[in-house]
Amino acid sequence: MKLRDVAHSRTGDKGNTSNISVIAYRAEDYPLICKLVTEERVQMQLAGLNPTRVTRYELPKLGALNFVIAGALGGGVTRSLALDAHGKALSSILLDMDLEP
Amino acid sequence: MRSIRLGAGAGYSGDRIEPAVDLAASGDLDYLVFECLAERTIALAQGARQANPNAGYDPFLDERMRAVLPAASRNDTRIISNMGAANPLAAARRIGDIARELGLPLKVAAVTGDDVLDVVTSGNWPIEETGGYIPDLRDRILSANAYLGVAPIVEALTAGADVVVTGRVADPALFLAPLIHEFGWAMDDWDRLGQGTLVGHLMECAGQVTGGYFADPGKKDVSNLARLGFPIAEVRADGEAVITKLSGTGGAVTAATCKEQLLYEIHDPAAYFQPDLIADFSEASVEEIAPDRVRVTGGRGRQHNGSLKVSVGYSDGWVGEGEISYAGPGAVARGRLALEIVRERLAISGVALSDIRADLIGLNALYPGASHSEPPDVRIRIAGRTRSQAEAQRIGNEVETLYTNGPAGGGGASKATRRTIGVVSVLIPRERAQPRAEMLEVTP
Repeated sequence: MKLRDVAHSRTGDKGNTSNISVIAYRAEDYPLICKLVTEERVQMQLAGLNPTRVTRYELPKLGALNFVIAGALGGGVTRSLALDAHGKALSSILLDMDLEP
Repeated sequence: MRSIRLGAGAGYSGDRIEPAVDLAASGDLDYLVFECLAERTIALAQGARQANPNAGYDPFLDERMRAVLPAASRNDTRIISNMGAANPLAAARRIGDIARELGLPLKVAAVTGDDVLDVVTSGNWPIEETGGYIPDLRDRILSANAYLGVAPIVEALTAGADVVVTGRVADPALFLAPLIHEFGWAMDDWDRLGQGTLVGHLMECAGQVTGGYFADPGKKDVSNLARLGFPIAEVRADGEAVITKLSGTGGAVTAATCKEQLLYEIHDPAAYFQPDLIADFSEASVEEIAPDRVRVTGGRGRQHNGSLKVSVGYSDGWVGEGEISYAGPGAVARGRLALEIVRERLAISGVALSDIRADLIGLNALYPGASHSEPPDVRIRIAGRTRSQAEAQRIGNEVETLYTNGPAGGGGASKATRRTIGVVSVLIPRERAQPRAEMLEVTP
């Protein structure tokens, strides 16, 4: 099972920091997502970006997690050399995570 | 309980205009808000203003205002926008001219005071992102604009402005200001301000809460995206809000679309820093109460920390880039060879690059992970940072020469250069910015 099967996501950017929400489609999947989608797993899933820090915030009323990924955007949208300087595509990369307990 | 209706007419400068026209004509709105100012836009606009004192506002101001002013005037819908960019006074004069041409009576207010370039360049302010100090950038600084809060917008509305045009203000404040004006919320009623900020945050990207930027066929289907409608917030005097859209427009307002937008560009949801408060969305909830109607509650807030965030734009050289495509068996190998050749030629010809990036679009350009599949075609891309535009142009030129000097079968070369504007932040004490509203009245 992939994270994409149980959750949806959107990426935002501020400077060189990306934030990626992970939102359960069904409230009953939220505890599983909390258990499996840890800061460490997200750090591994996005290792290609060499983030300096991953911080997770929990929003139980929304059935959502918010990951703040520092140092991930090649300097940020105004100066990054990347094709996707905002890192808009990163939500899709994160949702490809395997969900194995 | 009394409620008012806010519409969002744009989520960025280049946004679609038809949904705003629909909202002005049939949204029964009290306010129509246009958020049009991206991070680096104001630095570029500052340059335009230096070249021409009547320039430096949003390039789509004319088109938008001509499209929505007649219906807004007819329906008593007031307009609030940050389309003033680096020159709100010139923007207000221009809107006045357009109203005169259209034969509409109009009071336009310009909100100024966000430009704090003198304050910033005369101090040794620490830079939030780098650990350095403003004097490190001094001769490269182009602009410094404080994120203003609601006060000057409320002042303009109280003075009877039909249109309020600002430079840099916090995006949610464009929506929070009319709520404060209409409902008389106190500036230390933190939870109320927090809920109003939540509404503003959900609205500020327009179509991103009505099903735009959401569709994922088979997983998240959205109907009639081509006619995506923009959002309306019905806000009660106690702050409770319903996000909805015009019937007959495309898209969808669901709990899921609202949740995605609620967390968009948020770091700690319990500490969303705004000029007028620290908003807390951590206990917010969304509830579908009818098709395309989502009730939003639970935004809270606490006292601000006494400082204003200032966005400082500085000149950061040039970026040059070039692309060319390869197809069929061996496309990836030919693409990799092409990248090696370009890198080597740039070195041989002595182009001074402070940074370079090489991508295979279709394989690894959006995320630098390893892919083992062979795509039917691949597009190479080289981007590099230089001091001058002339050097930046040489990057794209070396990609273009792959037509006759590179691997077999390269096609569709393109090249571009752009000036890079870096943006950093500093914090200044609130009292160092002096926001004000100036009124201009048009009588046809």
